[in-house]
Amino acid sequence: MTYQPKIRAQIGMVLNLDKCIGCHTCSVSCKNVWTSRKGVEYAWFNNVETKPGVGFPNNWEDQERWKGGWDLTRGGRLKLKQGSKLKILATLFANPNLPQIDDYYEPFTFDFQHLQNAPKSKTTPVATPLSVITGKAMKKITKGPNWEDMLSGEFSKRSVDYNFNDIAKEMYGKFENTFMMYLPRLCEHCLNPACVASCPSGAIYKREQDGIVLIDQDKCRGWRMCVSGCPYKKIYFNWESNKSEKCIFCYPRIESGEPTLCAETCVGRIRTLGVLLYDANKIAEAASVTDTKDLYAAQLDMFLDPHDPEVIRLARAEGVPESWLEAAKKSPIYKMAIDWKVAFPLHPEYRTLPMVWYIPPLSPIQQTLESHNVFPDNESMRIPAKYLANLLTAGNVAPVHLALSRMLAMRNFMRGKHVEGISDLSILEKVGLTENMVNEMYRYMAIANYEDRFVIPTSHSEYAGDAFGTRSGCGFSAGNCSSNGDNPVDVFGKTHKVNFFGGNPSSKAQSAQNPNPQINIPQNESQE
Amino acid sequence: MLNIVFQEYVVSHLLDRLTFFTKKKEAFADKHGITTNESREWEKAYRERWQHDKIVRSTHGNNCTGSCSWKIYVKNGLVTWETQQTDYPRTRPDMPNHEPRGCQRGASYSWHLYSQARLKYPLVRTKLWRLWQAAKQQHPDPVTAWGSIMARPEARQSYQQERGMGGFIRASWDELSEIVAAANIYTAKTYGPDRVVGFSPIPAMSMVSFAAGSRYLSLFGGSCLSFYDWYCDLPPSSPQIWGEQTDVPESADWYNSNFIITWGSNVPQTRTPDAHFLSEVRYKGTKVVAVTPDYAEVAKFADNWLNPQQGTDAALALAMGHVILNEFFVKNTTPYFVDYCKQYSDMPFLVVLEKNSAGLLTSGRMLRASEFADNLGLNAEVASHTPLLIDSLSQTIVAPNGTIGSRWDNSAKWNLELKNIQDGELIDPLLSLAANADSQLIEVNFPYFGNVQHECFAATSHESILTHQIPARKLIVAAGEIWVTTVYDLFLANYGVERGFKDDNCAKNYSENLPYSPAWQEKITGVKAQSVIDIARQFADNANKTQGRSMIIVGAGLNHWYNMDMTYRAIINLLVMCGCVGKSGGGWCHYVGQEKLRPQSGWQQLATATDWSRPPRLMNGTSFFYAHSDQWRYEKLGINEVLSPLADPREWANKSIIDCNVIAERRGWLPTAPQLQSNPLTIGATIHSNQANPGEYIARELQNGTLKLACNDPDNPQNWPRNMFVWRSNLLGASGKGHEYFLKHLLGTSNGVQGKDLGSSGKHPSEVVWHEEAPQGKLDLLVTLDFRMSSTCMYSDIVLPTASWYEKNDLNTSDMHPFIHPFSQAVDPVWGSRNDWEIYKLFAAQVSKLATGHLGVVHDVVLTPILHDTKAELGQGLALQDWARGECTAIANLSMPNVTLVERDYSQIYNKYTSLGPLVETLGLGSKGINWTADKEIQLLKELNYTTVDGRVKIESDIDACELILSLSPETNGEVAIKAWEAVSKFTGRSHTHLVEARADEKIRFRDIQAQPRKIITSPTWSGIESEHVSYTFSYTNVHEYIPWRTLSGRQELYQDHPWMRAFGEEHCVYKPPVNTKSIESIIDNSEKNVVLNFLTPHQKWGIHSTHADNLIMLTLSRGGPNVWISESDAKLIDVVDNDWVEAYNENGSIAARAVVSQRIPEGVIMMYHAQDKTVNAPLSEKTGLRGGVHNSVTRITMKPTHMIGGYHQLSYGWNYYGTVGSNRDEFIVLRKMKNVEWGNSYSAEETPFTAK
Repeated sequence: MTYQPKIRAQIGMVLNLDKCIGCHTCSVSCKNVWTSRKGVEYAWFNNVETKPGVGFPNNWEDQERWKGGWDLTRGGRLKLKQGSKLKILATLFANPNLPQIDDYYEPFTFDFQHLQNAPKSKTTPVATPLSVITGKAMKKITKGPNWEDMLSGEFSKRSVDYNFNDIAKEMYGKFENTFMMYLPRLCEHCLNPACVASCPSGAIYKREQDGIVLIDQDKCRGWRMCVSGCPYKKIYFNWESNKSEKCIFCYPRIESGEPTLCAETCVGRIRTLGVLLYDANKIAEAASVTDTKDLYAAQLDMFLDPHDPEVIRLARAEGVPESWLEAAKKSPIYKMAIDWKVAFPLHPEYRTLPMVWYIPPLSPIQQTLESHNVFPDNESMRIPAKYLANLLTAGNVAPVHLALSRMLAMRNFMRGKHVEGISDLSILEKVGLTENMVNEMYRYMAIANYEDRFVIPTSHSEYAGDAFGTRSGCGFSAGNCSSNGDNPVDVFGKTHKVNFFGGNPSSKAQSAQNPNPQINIPQNESQE
Repeated sequence: MLNIVFQEYVVSHLLDRLTFFTKKKEAFADKHGITTNESREWEKAYRERWQHDKIVRSTHGNNCTGSCSWKIYVKNGLVTWETQQTDYPRTRPDMPNHEPRGCQRGASYSWHLYSQARLKYPLVRTKLWRLWQAAKQQHPDPVTAWGSIMARPEARQSYQQERGMGGFIRASWDELSEIVAAANIYTAKTYGPDRVVGFSPIPAMSMVSFAAGSRYLSLFGGSCLSFYDWYCDLPPSSPQIWGEQTDVPESADWYNSNFIITWGSNVPQTRTPDAHFLSEVRYKGTKVVAVTPDYAEVAKFADNWLNPQQGTDAALALAMGHVILNEFFVKNTTPYFVDYCKQYSDMPFLVVLEKNSAGLLTSGRMLRASEFADNLGLNAEVASHTPLLIDSLSQTIVAPNGTIGSRWDNSAKWNLELKNIQDGELIDPLLSLAANADSQLIEVNFPYFGNVQHECFAATSHESILTHQIPARKLIVAAGEIWVTTVYDLFLANYGVERGFKDDNCAKNYSENLPYSPAWQEKITGVKAQSVIDIARQFADNANKTQGRSMIIVGAGLNHWYNMDMTYRAIINLLVMCGCVGKSGGGWCHYVGQEKLRPQSGWQQLATATDWSRPPRLMNGTSFFYAHSDQWRYEKLGINEVLSPLADPREWANKSIIDCNVIAERRGWLPTAPQLQSNPLTIGATIHSNQANPGEYIARELQNGTLKLACNDPDNPQNWPRNMFVWRSNLLGASGKGHEYFLKHLLGTSNGVQGKDLGSSGKHPSEVVWHEEAPQGKLDLLVTLDFRMSSTCMYSDIVLPTASWYEKNDLNTSDMHPFIHPFSQAVDPVWGSRNDWEIYKLFAAQVSKLATGHLGVVHDVVLTPILHDTKAELGQGLALQDWARGECTAIANLSMPNVTLVERDYSQIYNKYTSLGPLVETLGLGSKGINWTADKEIQLLKELNYTTVDGRVKIESDIDACELILSLSPETNGEVAIKAWEAVSKFTGRSHTHLVEARADEKIRFRDIQAQPRKIITSPTWSGIESEHVSYTFSYTNVHEYIPWRTLSGRQELYQDHPWMRAFGEEHCVYKPPVNTKSIESIIDNSEKNVVLNFLTPHQKWGIHSTHADNLIMLTLSRGGPNVWISESDAKLIDVVDNDWVEAYNENGSIAARAVVSQRIPEGVIMMYHAQDKTVNAPLSEKTGLRGGVHNSVTRITMKPTHMIGGYHQLSYGWNYYGTVGSNRDEFIVLRKMKNVEWGNSYSAEETPFTAK
């Protein structure tokens, strides 16, 4: 019997860490829209970490501690690292692998009203910190979602970083040898998501049409096994609604052909979005190769060539819309990950087959080395290649080296063209690039026009049912523009509850602080 | 639609809703996963969140060069969030585009709109409100009522002492604007309108909002304070070298560069929306070198990171220059560099070698045509402003086209064509006299400052006077025999480049330690000599191969040091010698502040009300605050410490820094405010009734001592500023250097000043009256407009809630991109707030009403300094004569300030504020010394904005004001652009209109830019061009259109010949270490563990200055309040671990903050990111017992005499253009670990009224 692939399409993302400026605009625009609500103040569907550092939540990468992701059984089959179904059910109420609020941070606000309402005082009034969770004053803020920003904190604390495995790290704590990079993170929308498998309620699913992984807020019962199951710690428990929430890959935007908020608002222009076709039947096989160092290659193997007529034929048979097949051909993700091999999955050793990939960063020459070259070479850059490999290829340095060499080759080749007026193809040959490939790399990585960064087909909701009816009726009920249902749900908890995210809103506090009640307030502008 | 689940666990739940799915369930991947067909109707939950009702284009006006256009989302009448616009007009096909522009700070703004931090209603200090109500009962006339309070010192003091201490109460707009108007009128009547001052910075960030206040003040006669210089963002080196305030390449031009050095500029952190051009151009093969003392964010993008010790960058740059001059000029000749320097720099110009007071030969003035008996055939008036060079073709001394003399002689030869101005013959300027038959080597002396000892900066042991061998030539001139040489010959010697002259002070090789060799710089900066040699060589090689596409990005990290000019000039020298300035992809990029207000000439009419009366009162902020917050009373830097070893010390004996400033003010070099010790309305009345010539009258009265300038006695109550407006600014929480001195002397409230003034030292200034008792509380009234409770609001008497950036209409431009784009009112001003235009309109209405019986039609004497870009800049020349010492006659606009009598009608202020005055029609408008008519534009505006009953163009709304700016300015009206360029041709004799012909018919209107940002039109106000072929770059028209720089030589002026420049050893660029501020010795407490650190204040990541820094999202992503960064080793010295509370103190005050301990910080440095206000999470200082300080609590400014020079070509005054700057990086603090952290809030933590759930 000939092997029959099962073709699916997913919108994947590549983040070029070489261009990341660590500004957190992605996090902020995401937070504004999705998590400035009560219950998820501490949740950052997207966050940015300064590396080296232990990250957010605390030391999340260390699965010996958190037991996220998958392991192999002795028989070579996949099993959740946090244990069997029975074990999970047994620990539902006392999950030892669940990060506590202190592993994230206690979300805080400030008593901003005091600045306006303070009575005459001995010293200048100040807005002091208050816990958003308890409403009580906080003595000191000791943690935040970006506590290690720009290498904040002693090296001894930050270098607990899991990616220092097998690296003699002491020298990197010295001022002269400092290195720094940023790691923006979001849900990986994995091909083999451990969260989905962890959920006792079956509330988590991966959408077939675009691969987005979602938690059904109707079905979630707040068991939080997904929180511990996800090795990236990208599921957050909403303490108000008692349900878990996660990055939704901005599906309301993706469905309309718009990039996610984090991608569109990325001012470093590091994010690209595009379609990848893969063989879903290979998931288990790819995720269960024995040597973790082979996981990157195994995942690469799952991706299908969108130009291959046979792939196109089978995809059509599976019902993949035509515009998705066209988008797959133009996919910048495919070019970066498969054509040029400059992008890599984040921690493939977790065996989740993540779909948010990263281009590793170049870095300045090490201070301790002498070089008269215009550009540093692969060996002299200050970020250890092994560190990047621990992050992106389960410690396999060769692919990272190749990617960095190709980026340097692009720079050297282009410098020849623009400064010396020569096209030195030998630079490219050494790293397996052609002139055409390097011109393409330059187009997508340097020029990086909006329409090249984001190649997103729309969702084809017209196939989903009565398109005309939905078009004419949506919005009139509490219904859904992609559905004709009418089942209003309050998935995020009751709205009358106070949102402390804007500060201290207590009207009681304001009147109590009115310093001069005897003074007449103008009639037309009564005190709140 | 289908869902995929993974079947490690059998999921069992019902199909609980109707579905329309047709596909069946199936397993895949060896049954690892299954496809199910359950309802996904719940997905609407997030989908509905995303839905919105409208999107409006606006931006954020917070002195950020970003100037990003944003989509503001409105839902249910509320602003919900914002994302960046991505629809900018595109760049060229070979370049990245501008989208998206906007950073984390901008993205977080919507938090503020409805948060508890928002100011919703007008507030007033309760104590003042009570006094006012009582006074009003007694005196129904508000002006009299205000006067009755001012007449009682204890009453005045009672509310002054409560400033900053809480105790606000709400009142109405009508009531509070009445107080403001009454106070203003009382002040004008009693002391003079110039005692009413206003501070608002950076008009480009919201130009109409700025203009609202400055128009009101200018109609009133008040003084507008400058800001760019006060912030120390103004690089004085730019006017010194180019006669230009600041002009820079747009960020897209980085993409045209092939070699970029980011030097003290942290691009990703402070130019966030532009950073991608830097990261992306690397893929084009461009090399990036980062020069920063710490491992800053920008280092991440570099190929090499050089980390000179902070404050020593000039040494590094000088050594790079040493290498380049040696290898590309002396050992090898580089035709591209040499040709560029001949045509575009002053290198070939002749300098007279003069003997100093000790008889040593030094480099002196530039030789002028007037020194020859026949003026070299030029007319006498311009001959003394015409420097000369040797033409190697004719072997004669000639005056070339384009010097400042030809600018003002109506010859239409003010251009950079290489021609003899006399006969139009082509010339070839001779760079060096080395090969000249008539020349010989003589010894010339140069000052050296690198041996000045400083505890924390390395010095070398070289002599203070370095003698060099200079090829020079004898000339016979009218006065006899003189020696001359070229700037180039002096320049090479100054860099210590050996040319075969057997010069003992020139390094024979790079490893010889002589100024300014690579080995020498290693001793000073700590950077390896070899790195400097490599980078310098690569930089120059790149510039040579690409015809100038080497670029250096600089910023506050360099410019905020006392000796910033030396660092900047050392860097600019590199760019000039490599032919990079004016070249696309090359040159100097100084990015500090949003200084480029593109439609400047039209805006100026609105902002300074010059449509109604001229001139406005424009004061330099630095000198004003130095004098009036009494920082001069604590000055410890002696002139002798900064004087050149070659200067005559007797000339400067008994001079202090404020003395120099007073001399500059009376000579008309710098402006002055308040201006005269008497009320200018009283004097104006006398002049008017006697029909006297105002200039002659004031000159006579000053010279005979009847009248006094206020600057001689800033502590005299007659001379205090009395009313102050602050808007669009957090002066006290962000930009007010010497914060505690502001509190003590200007405001008269509790303060943390810990040092003593000069009281007992006897070292009092000689030109300024010393009062034993320093005044505390000069200001009668402080009014602040803001949308949040900043420190400035906390200390104000009246706080007015202003519409924020999504609630008003305005314009925004930046130097970083070529667009003009709007603020738009997405929602009406929330709660009780109003936009700035309406607020000042209200004041204007109140003043017009209340003035009756107090001020009617008056005559106001206005003093203005000798201005750049006017013919008066030729006035003083090299003669340093002081009328006050009887050395010359006081003559207005020549040896003293200009004097104008201005008529004001206070009853008409409202009508004038809201309509366009007649002077635009009769006098035209212009910029940079050129002028054009505006009759057609006024006709257009009458149709666009409609007219008042007397036929004037209406300016009633903020949109009217926008249309006025857009219609009058060449940048936004193509027809005006043609007129402006034609006006330039009258000077240059060349045609320039080809630059704008393609856009001649374009008129950009307010609604156009609401639809999409528009590229501005090329204008002579700026030195770059807008085109489809090159990106905007600085000095492009100088190099490509041959328009001279506005300097003495008309070229890039690398040599500064003003006597004060020479007195302070800055005729050449030299290395000067940071100055010693002496602010810790008297106060350091050695009984506890401490460490002394250099206090640096770079721009921060979590706010734009103090804006955004108090919003919860930025607070959450940083550490939730003030913090300081220190190295791991310094932290260990005082037993501090990360996040411990620490206190930084010195004589100026104290700061309490948490320590961020990081390996990326070098030893010896503490970094407190700029503008962390004390309103959030700042405890009490243990040293002062007061709220633990803003970053400026430990600073005090010190001014530089060379910045006070005026009346001299490119060094003539312009507002925010040249003048004193407020440097603050040379400061040191003592750091200690805090023992007790107290908050001092009026309620304890447990009693907080805040209740959750």
